[in-house]
Amino acid sequence: MSALLEVRDLARHFAVARPGGLWGRRATLRAVDGVSFDIEAGRTLGLVGESGCGKSTTARLVLGLTPATAGDIRFDGVPVTARHDGDWRRARARMQMVYQDPLGALDRRQAVAEQIGEPLAIHRPLTPRAERAERVAALMDAVGLRRDQAARYPHELSGGQRQRVVIARALALDPQLLVCDEPVSALDVSIQAQVLNLLDDLRARTGFAALFISHDLKVVRQMADRVAVMYLGRIVEEGAPDEVFHAPLHPYTQALVAAIPTLGRRRVRTTLRGDPPSPVDRPPGCPFHTRCPVAIARCASETPALRHDAGRAVACHLAAATPFAEIV
Amino acid sequence: MTDATSPARRDPEDADRARTGSVFTTKSRAAAFFERFPPAVLLALAWVAMTLVVVAIAPLITPYDFKVMDLRARLMPPVFAGGDWAHPLGTDELGRDVLSRLLISVRVSLVIAFLSTLIAATLGVALGFLAAWARGRTEQVILMLIDAQAAMPFMILALAVLAFLGNSLALFTLLLGFYGWERIARIARGLAIAASEQGYATAVRDLGASPWRIYGRHILPNIASTLIVSMTLNFPEVILLESGLSFLGLGVQPPLTSLGSMVGYGRDYIQSAAWIMLAPAAAIVATTLSISIIGDWLRDLLDPTLR
Amino acid sequence: MLGYTLSRLGRAAVTLIIVVSLAFVILRLTGDPGQIMLGPDAPPSAYAAFRRNWGLDQPIWVQYLKYFAAIFEGDLGRSMRDGRPALEVVMERAPITLAITGPAFLMNLMIGLPAGIIAALHRNTALDRAIMTVSVLGFTVPSFVMGLTLALIFAVQLRWLPSGGSDTWAHAVLPIATMGLIGAAVIARFTRSAMLEVMGQPYIRTASAKGLPWREVVVTHALPNAAIPTLTIIGFMVGSLVAGAVVVESIFSWPGVGRLLVTAVANRDLAVVQVILLAIGFTMVAANLAVDLAYGWIDPRLRLKPTPTGA
Repeated sequence: MSALLEVRDLARHFAVARPGGLWGRRATLRAVDGVSFDIEAGRTLGLVGESGCGKSTTARLVLGLTPATAGDIRFDGVPVTARHDGDWRRARARMQMVYQDPLGALDRRQAVAEQIGEPLAIHRPLTPRAERAERVAALMDAVGLRRDQAARYPHELSGGQRQRVVIARALALDPQLLVCDEPVSALDVSIQAQVLNLLDDLRARTGFAALFISHDLKVVRQMADRVAVMYLGRIVEEGAPDEVFHAPLHPYTQALVAAIPTLGRRRVRTTLRGDPPSPVDRPPGCPFHTRCPVAIARCASETPALRHDAGRAVACHLAAATPFAEIV
Repeated sequence: MTDATSPARRDPEDADRARTGSVFTTKSRAAAFFERFPPAVLLALAWVAMTLVVVAIAPLITPYDFKVMDLRARLMPPVFAGGDWAHPLGTDELGRDVLSRLLISVRVSLVIAFLSTLIAATLGVALGFLAAWARGRTEQVILMLIDAQAAMPFMILALAVLAFLGNSLALFTLLLGFYGWERIARIARGLAIAASEQGYATAVRDLGASPWRIYGRHILPNIASTLIVSMTLNFPEVILLESGLSFLGLGVQPPLTSLGSMVGYGRDYIQSAAWIMLAPAAAIVATTLSISIIGDWLRDLLDPTLR
Repeated sequence: MLGYTLSRLGRAAVTLIIVVSLAFVILRLTGDPGQIMLGPDAPPSAYAAFRRNWGLDQPIWVQYLKYFAAIFEGDLGRSMRDGRPALEVVMERAPITLAITGPAFLMNLMIGLPAGIIAALHRNTALDRAIMTVSVLGFTVPSFVMGLTLALIFAVQLRWLPSGGSDTWAHAVLPIATMGLIGAAVIARFTRSAMLEVMGQPYIRTASAKGLPWREVVVTHALPNAAIPTLTIIGFMVGSLVAGAVVVESIFSWPGVGRLLVTAVANRDLAVVQVILLAIGFTMVAANLAVDLAYGWIDPRLRLKPTPTGA
């Protein structure tokens, strides 16, 4: 049975002008460069990586908010386009996004209840007013907002409450896929836990599939059934969260995991050398080899493919040398 | 010994502060009221309110029908220059009562200006939003139209159109509706682009809203205050334009009368019966001044970043 | 700089095309251009020649192109009043209009600029408030009211100046004064706000804190930076002078292009109207282009090539 969301060789390139005005050289910014994954119905895929690795762009591509330069996206078997026509608008009822900045995603001049009910107004305009109000109230309860906050405006709520409003609005039509783009990064740490728990509960109750994007490994670990690690627009490792975090195969993942602060025993820190290269100046071969502590000659010339084996995947010449089962 | 001109004496607020050490002042309620509504603004509001009343009920309050001629009472001076209360503002060269004509003229001029401003606002917002939404070539074309309109003095364009296409009242009002649309379009486009970059417009689009809904229910309410201020700046300029064209005899045609055409007719009698010209001229200046004052005040109130 | 100049030239060209197109559209809307351009009394052979020249039997886009050609050749019809070529009739009046708009423009600058600068430098004092109150008149008093009021005071009551005609230099005083005062008021307001905006910038405070005498701060730092936005208003003033000339010339019976336009409109002498529309269009585009280029020359940010940043 095919997955709910199938992504194959997704790419998004931007043509950029180098500094130098009219005479600057043209270069290609490969924000997303050949990404493939599946998300089954009801499952969550976590996408991790540092800033600029292409996670947010992937999110926008998957939903058809931005047009892809290459690749194939299928939602429930139907290709996803970025043409914002009637079909695309109707498809919005089945896939939604939760944003990083809740204040920016809400209209300052409308009460939150009205905004939560807006998807209903758009896609089911014939619903009687009372029924719509009931649904909005139910959504507010589900995300943990009080009934009396219905008439509030976004700037009158706290950051966590605003994000709840955004989540309620996203879930108004029971979408099958929810894409969460750094949904808690803008919130205080204590609130982050609340919102994450809320998302977890909602997922358990309503059963939506989710693409969960974050730069924070801990967050992804809690939320995801599978984790994919992105670097410079490519997936470099994929697997179950516990496996990826306890036994990372790719040197980049190893460095990420090692950087997580832990209480107690000291972990060996693998510090990466240098700065992340710009996605415009992609190094030849493995994109990571310039910072990799264990790079060999082959890494500079040959780009490693993502090799799948026993539920895990990694794109590294060294890791591919041994069967995964032995490492784990 | 404190000098009579020392700061503590001059500013009662500072005196309070010096005395009690508190930052709460004993500004009187009147002073607070006048700070919020400066006297000039109050006067302006009063005048505008009066003109709105006139617009609404002018035909009901004119002492005479404004068209009625009374050749026995030609060129009678106003009551403060030797006339009598039968014609408080005097009569014109055909014996028509100046006050009645003034009231009707105010109504005509203001209604035309209001309709024209509405047309300009609608046109400006529509094209500005279209440019912001479509981007690309459509936007470039609209920007070029805005530039071209901004380059030409509107009076010349208006005269050319009036020459070629005649000057029925409907055409005249429609023509005036093309005054100022380019400024409103520029503002609307800028604000719409800023709004769509702000995220809430993108978010609503991601919900599946049609462009009509995005622009109509979200962007427009958010920029309405700025647009209204622009409209109040446009309004007096349309009045001036209409008066100018009517003054030249090319705007409002008889038997209808407008403030500009009254001045135009009064011009021939500037030596003998200057009041025919002065009454409408004063009305023009007072009205445009009031609306400008209110517009400035609204702008400072709502959006200090707009110049 | 080159790129800037080219883009401004391009914009000017596009605006010109739009103006000419507008004239074309209006012209075609009103009926037979032959009748309009040549008048009802021309011989049939003249109509035939006209139809050929302007391509009136051919598709509309051919007529459009031929219209452009006609403009370049200056063949734009004849005035209905005396049968002379419309272009000639308009051009001979142009210097008469310039005789009052030129000095009025100078008056705008010579009164308005200093007034605005002084008001800005003495912000919120009685002087500033006085200047601002008086200058509000520039926005709210229409040119015909100003003109008639000045005529009433100086020509009728005081009898110092004549109220109409163009025989002596004294006749020019009131028209120039009308346009000069109104424009000066507008420039004063605008210059004041431009100066205030510049004076509020941190670098002015820095210059003063460095110990520069105030006069030098103003002259070296504030004025040049305030000159840039003021240039745009000067471009706008040219347009409003042109529009003002129409009304002022009518009031004072000054036989310039403005008065010609009004009488032509009233008499439906459409060939003349068309020529004036095009002539003023070209003038305005040229004036705006000059302002844009001056802008580019004065503002170093536009003049110098942007330096490459970083590695």
